[in-house]
Amino acid sequence: MPSLLTPDFGLLFWMLFSFLIVFGLLAKFGFPVITRMVSERQEHISRSLKEAEETGKKTLTILEETRRQQDEILKQAVADGEKIIRTAQQKATEETEKQLEAARQQIAFLREKALHEINAQVAILSMDMAEKILHRQLDDKAKEEAFILQMLDEAEQLPK
Amino acid sequence: MRINWGIRMVVGLALIGCPVSSWATGDRPHEEASDRTLAVGDIISEHTSDSYWWHITTINDRHISLYLPVIVHSPDEGWIVFSSKRLAHGETYSGFRLAAEGAYKGKIVGCNAAGEEYRPWDLSITKNALAILINAVIMLTIFLTAARACKRQPKNIAPGKFVCAIEILVMNIEEEVIRKSIGDDYKRYSPYLLTAFFFILIHNIMGLIPLFPGGANTTGNIAVTLVLALCTLIAVNLFGNREYWKEIFWPDVPLWLKAPVPLMPVIELFGVISKPFALMIRLLANIFAGHTVMLALTFIIFITVKMGSGVNVGMTAFSVLMTVFMSVIELLVAYIQAYVFTLLSAVFIGLSRPAAHHAVKTKKINTEKI
Repeated sequence: MPSLLTPDFGLLFWMLFSFLIVFGLLAKFGFPVITRMVSERQEHISRSLKEAEETGKKTLTILEETRRQQDEILKQAVADGEKIIRTAQQKATEETEKQLEAARQQIAFLREKALHEINAQVAILSMDMAEKILHRQLDDKAKEEAFILQMLDEAEQLPK
Repeated sequence: MRINWGIRMVVGLALIGCPVSSWATGDRPHEEASDRTLAVGDIISEHTSDSYWWHITTINDRHISLYLPVIVHSPDEGWIVFSSKRLAHGETYSGFRLAAEGAYKGKIVGCNAAGEEYRPWDLSITKNALAILINAVIMLTIFLTAARACKRQPKNIAPGKFVCAIEILVMNIEEEVIRKSIGDDYKRYSPYLLTAFFFILIHNIMGLIPLFPGGANTTGNIAVTLVLALCTLIAVNLFGNREYWKEIFWPDVPLWLKAPVPLMPVIELFGVISKPFALMIRLLANIFAGHTVMLALTFIIFITVKMGSGVNVGMTAFSVLMTVFMSVIELLVAYIQAYVFTLLSAVFIGLSRPAAHHAVKTKKINTEKI
């Protein structure tokens, strides 16, 4: 029985052979690939985390900016609204004024016209009355007077 | 539930054990039975040592073995290759046979002109050699598959479970063992140390599997541990820096310890050899002892057959329990020994690269003394 501590040549050869092949292949294509992948992924993850943090910060800034803009727009809108209302009111007042003016003018014109017409009518009536008076014989003074009064009454009633 | 399961398993295994043990004594003449019982030591050493064929199992006295190619150098015919079956029952083939006893017992020997046995150049693919080749293929498959998956892995997707598991093991050894022991320049050594670690781990675990592709006691064989220790020796000394060699040949000790009689250099040089030697023996002894203890515990079943069925059943249960316990311990040992080998190799490599500031400090002290 060979001693436990005597290495066998054949086994030594096969061990050396397979260990060197395994070592050669794994040292070239095995472990460095795995460890490189791990360190690359580590880098990738830390970079992604950093990017995510930066993006978060950027988003916050954008949000702030948006809020500010929103406030501004709201303020602007309120101001614009007020302005529009004011302008509209002003315009309405002006318009009303204008219409009132026109109405007044119209009224004045109509009154003038009516006055003219009345005058004309009065003139015509006076002429008629005068004609009728002239046509009648001034025989009865009392009757004449009554007649004139009647005429006047009639004349008063006429414009109605 | 779990305890119930354990009890059931033990009883079941004990029942399985019974017919086997009755076969061991039952129909045979008494001498032969006692022979078998006495041969336990031989059987254990046969299991733990190398062999020209791979004995898988024996069913009803029929050995089921895998006969392996024998490759020997014959002085007459040169290198010859033949199946080990031709040597199976003490037969001779081309002048070669298995030595029945003597210094070469169990090995292939030839007879020279003087009728003396001699050992030819023997590159046979023995049981251990085949196991080493199988394990090498397993190891290459595992890590090249993982590396290929790593290479194809897009960075924004998490890798699969297999790759993750391999990654955890690899990174654990590289970060916790190799980098911490060697320092900044660890990248240069990590392929060797990782290969050594996983080589030993796979061999240890395969050795624990009792069925065919496993069960060979490879890391409990001196040739295997010798090659591993030699590789560490080379890795330590080939890349050792100036400071390392200075500490060996001109260490920082009083002058009379290193000249004219180089006492310390001799001790230091001895240390260069003894460190890998300790690695070699530690791995060998641990794995060899583990295999031996497990086989011995299993043989309790067969040894106690003669003591009556009651004792036998009890001892069978004990044996199974202890074997299961030892298997679990050995699984731990398989990892620990691979870890220790790698850790110590890394520490020795780290020691072969002492920092330069130490040199400056010692110089300063020396000049002060002068």
